[in-house]
Amino acid sequence: MVDPEMHNETSALEVLAAVHDPEIPVLNIVEMGILRNVRMDGDRLIVTITPTYSGCPAMETIEADIKTCLRKAGWSNFDVETVIAPPWTTDWITDEACRKLLEYGIAPPERGSLDKSGLTASPKTVRCPQCKSENTRLLSQFGSTACKALYKCNQCLEPFDYFKCI
Amino acid sequence: MKQQEVLFQYLLRLGDTNLILGHRLSELCGHGPVLEEDIALTNIALDLIGQSRILLSYAAKAEGQGRTEDDLAYLRDVGQFRNLLLAEVPNGDFAVTICRLFLYSAYTCELLTLLCDSKDEYLAGYAAKALKEATYHLRHSTNWMVRLGDGTAESHHRLQTALNRLWMYIPELFDGDAIDVQLQETGIAPDPNVLKEKWNTRVNAVLAEATLNRPPDQWMGKGGRDGIHTEHLGFILAELQYLQRAYPGNQW
Repeated sequence: MVDPEMHNETSALEVLAAVHDPEIPVLNIVEMGILRNVRMDGDRLIVTITPTYSGCPAMETIEADIKTCLRKAGWSNFDVETVIAPPWTTDWITDEACRKLLEYGIAPPERGSLDKSGLTASPKTVRCPQCKSENTRLLSQFGSTACKALYKCNQCLEPFDYFKCI
Repeated sequence: MKQQEVLFQYLLRLGDTNLILGHRLSELCGHGPVLEEDIALTNIALDLIGQSRILLSYAAKAEGQGRTEDDLAYLRDVGQFRNLLLAEVPNGDFAVTICRLFLYSAYTCELLTLLCDSKDEYLAGYAAKALKEATYHLRHSTNWMVRLGDGTAESHHRLQTALNRLWMYIPELFDGDAIDVQLQETGIAPDPNVLKEKWNTRVNAVLAEATLNRPPDQWMGKGGRDGIHTEHLGFILAELQYLQRAYPGNQW
């Protein structure tokens, strides 16, 4: 039986904030914008998630982790559904999450929605998360995961990941 | 044909092309010319296979016979695949690999832009998502087209040779048939002629910048969208489907 005092959207959200992105463990799925919605359908909890990239291999792990965390918190009647629209955007990554990314050593996405440099190939400034220098260069648009590009700092010579805008 | 059957066939064409090209690019995992390029090509492969999963899942739903994305990917034989022939051409040298990726990404970017206005809500949602990814694929391959085409005599020669070789597979991209007509009339898919015009504009501009000559339109290799393939597809499927054929129903 579901106890409405214990099992509601708010309590579910608290549980889900403990689910982390396996490839960027410093962020949880709420901060990443992967968790789109949590709602009660009668006694049933419906959790809606969306992939960052179509081929994101972390989605299956995330879904399994959501189920494990909910079960641990006493939930038994729930569904996890995946939607693809509206499309995930880096704008959904919270400011707090951007700060955590920077501390973790990943340059956070530049604000301003779709990366226009993706269309115009105009260079942009990405700050080195190590030494904070703006003297950096793009090594490859494709980095260690689908959502990151590979940069190198010309100042401290360290390579680093940049969370690219989509 | 009934509308659902037409939609099923159309989704197979889109999904199969991405699946086969994704598989082709994944062959380069660990074999890229430099580490960054190896990672780039396999990242693109991952995007294409992910997009294919969305399309084939939706195709299975449209078919309504209880099949899944896995049934469609792993348990159909050559004659039931509906991919464009362009996707199954072997990778060849790096010029062929990158030139094919450019020609195809220019096509998907235009196609997905038009599909964002599809009356099929799910397909429109898919297009909006996939377009963000395809934009990166196009940018990456365009950079290489210009760098190699306008590079050394050797790189220019190789890229022009690759372009000439792949050109026979281009007309199939815009060769509208009854399926396209029916979906165009219902506002689900775009007019192939509009698509062709947009593709031409984009590709001509890049070819000019890359100092490459646009090959003349000659004999056309087509049939992939009707299940008539080159000899290469069977070899791809032998590898792609091996596990499910050897151990039916096996799960990862």
